[in-house]
Amino acid sequence: MTPRIVVSLKVVPKPEEVSLNPETRTLDRAGAENVLNPPDKNALEVALGLKDTHGGTVTLVSMGPPLFKDYLELCLGMGADQAILLSDRLFAGADTYPTSLTLARAIQKLGGYDLVICGEESADASTGQVPPGLAEWLGVPQITFVDEVRVQGDTVIARRALGSSYEVLEAEMPAVVSVVVGSNEPRFPDFDRVEAAAKSGWVKVWTAAELGLRDDEVGLKGSYTIVHDLVEGEPVERKRHFLQGSLEEKIRALAEALEPFLRP
Amino acid sequence: MKPEWPEDAHRGLWVYLEQQGTLLPVGHELLGKGRELADELGESLTAIILGHGIGDLGREAIRYGADEVLVVDHPLLEGYTTDGHAKVMAQLIEERKPNILLFGATYDGRDLAGRLAVRLSTGLTANATRLEVDREKGLLLSAVPGFGGSILAIIKSEHGRPQMSTVRPGIFAPLEPDDTRKGQIETVAVDLRPEEIRCRVVERSVLPREEIGSAERTLVAGMGTGGDLALLEELASLLEASIGVTRPLVDNGVAGRERQVGSTGVSLRSKLAIVLGASGASHFVSGLRDVGTVVAINTDENAPIFDEADVCVIGDLFELLPPLIERLEKAKMGMA
Ligand SMILES: Cc1cc2nc3c(=O)[nH]c(=O)nc-3n(C[C@H](O)[C@H](O)[C@H](O)COP(=O)(O)OP(=O)(O)OC[C@H]3O[C@@H](n4cnc5c(N)ncnc54)[C@H](O)[C@@H]3O)c2cc1C
Ligand SMILES: Cc1cc2nc3c(=O)[nH]c(=O)nc-3n(C[C@H](O)[C@H](O)[C@H](O)COP(=O)(O)OP(=O)(O)OC[C@H]3O[C@@H](n4cnc5c(N)ncnc54)[C@H](O)[C@@H]3O)c2cc1C
Repeated sequence: MTPRIVVSLKVVPKPEEVSLNPETRTLDRAGAENVLNPPDKNALEVALGLKDTHGGTVTLVSMGPPLFKDYLELCLGMGADQAILLSDRLFAGADTYPTSLTLARAIQKLGGYDLVICGEESADASTGQVPPGLAEWLGVPQITFVDEVRVQGDTVIARRALGSSYEVLEAEMPAVVSVVVGSNEPRFPDFDRVEAAAKSGWVKVWTAAELGLRDDEVGLKGSYTIVHDLVEGEPVERKRHFLQGSLEEKIRALAEALEPFLRP
Repeated sequence: MKPEWPEDAHRGLWVYLEQQGTLLPVGHELLGKGRELADELGESLTAIILGHGIGDLGREAIRYGADEVLVVDHPLLEGYTTDGHAKVMAQLIEERKPNILLFGATYDGRDLAGRLAVRLSTGLTANATRLEVDREKGLLLSAVPGFGGSILAIIKSEHGRPQMSTVRPGIFAPLEPDDTRKGQIETVAVDLRPEEIRCRVVERSVLPREEIGSAERTLVAGMGTGGDLALLEELASLLEASIGVTRPLVDNGVAGRERQVGSTGVSLRSKLAIVLGASGASHFVSGLRDVGTVVAINTDENAPIFDEADVCVIGDLFELLPPLIERLEKAKMGMA
């Protein structure tokens, strides 16, 4: 069978570049550079690898503001076939419950799919809750935190990377898998294809109404969790004592600092 | 459509305890924190244990703080599966209506909680590093680290029950086990059929796990080592230290996943960590929060790791280590 693969991906600000405005208690992302969520690139590479082997199609879905479009075009340049951006003011403020619902409705609207591939977690909120939530809305099995995915007939076989151990699971498709960051080397985009995608408007945009979702099912209104407050992650105060002098002097000072930790 | 839950019909704090013959350490931590929160709320603490051939684990949960234990023992629950464990948990929750439910933020805990939140139509917070309750309203407030831990979102769920959270391992302290504590163990029968479990386990490996998280001294290698750990190993044996690595070294196959330090790896609790050739990305440094003394060695004076270190050494690790090892060897001999 030639699998119809969906890759679900999001764009995140670089974590090091986001700060908290202590007065308004809101996130300051203005200066932050955005990137494709790193594990989602690995998810896309898994999908494209399966397509290289088995044929089939790779469709991208992403829920987010219009600025995501450029990133979807990059992914089209890497070899995905089509891209759908779920963009609507009503989607703003979604926790993982309506996020996974919105993505599930979009995937169901595609008219048939075999495998949904997500990243393990986002680099911003890092909940990892969207892939299992999505699988539940779709009513299909899930295999999370995987570093290898194979397809055989209508079965998906994936290896969960569980710290020091692993387990290999198989399930009939359709199914949802989530891929761990760094599990492969994502390919480079073909920039002619990126340009073609941008010029000819390959990225389609769907709204809540087009997904048949009401305003109280999506975004902030459709969420259960409420952000009560935002605070700085208690910074650990470190001494930041720089050893000075020549290489030799530094080594002597370092050895002295470490000697208390030596046991005869 | 969001179902309206009669929130006050839900009572009690539950903790889901993972076991592999023994309770995972995070289970003891959940019982310790759960005990404190349940007392504050004036509610009972119930431990949930699913598996097959569970033996004395119920008793263990009571020694560590539970008032009550629900044990579900079924051949199909031997080894975690999403479908098996989600079905049983959903059934217990719908019948007994807990107010709060905590899981360990482990691979399986997150896999299960994420699925259940949608099935039960309720809120779920992730990787909590702090938990508090609002006694008046019976609300759980959890601190969720965002952006690799630089920001904490304090999150609550006013609607949707139970209020669920996964809790980061290694944060909360367990109670001293108390053999005289009393509690009730109830065995619950469930109906579970093989065809309900859609994922088949083809292979499962559990390698002997070196717990680098609890080592007293750790050396952490970053990409600046170029994947060559020979000098680090020498220094490690001198200091009787464990070796951890940054994520890219795991991805490159230099070390196993169990050695990865950071938000998607292990949090170190050592007295001393020496970080060599790591830049100090936020996902990495969140694994150093609980370290006593951090020493950083890096060629780049502007590397962010220096903001997270007590002793900062600007220099090339390949030049620093050989003479350092020599000095420490001598010092050690002098002690003997
Ligand atoms: C600091 C902070 C803390 C938060 N804490 C919580 C919390 O505890 N509970 C909660 O319910 N919400 C929380 N949120 C809200 C949450 O970020 C959003 O719901 C978000 O839309 C999805 O969650 P995630 O980023 O954690 O995704 P994850 O579940 O971590 O993402 C895993 C994978 O799902 C897919 N995916 C995720 N989002 C999208 C998308 N928009 N489009 C396409 N694919 C996607 C990607 O493949 C991704 O790799 C928090 C937000 C912030 C900023
Ligand atoms: C969702 C997500 C989760 C992640 N989780 C983790 C995690 O749990 N753990 C983790 O580590 N990373 C994690 N990462 C990756 C993280 O963002 C960084 O990419 C990673 O930590 C960088 O590793 P590094 O510091 O070894 O490499 P680099 O950033 O490449 O740094 C190498 C450093 O070595 C220095 N150097 C070079 N040569 C020498 C020399 N001869 N002597 C001394 N210094 C030298 C350089 O100046 C540089 O600072 C995660 C990323 C994402 C997106």
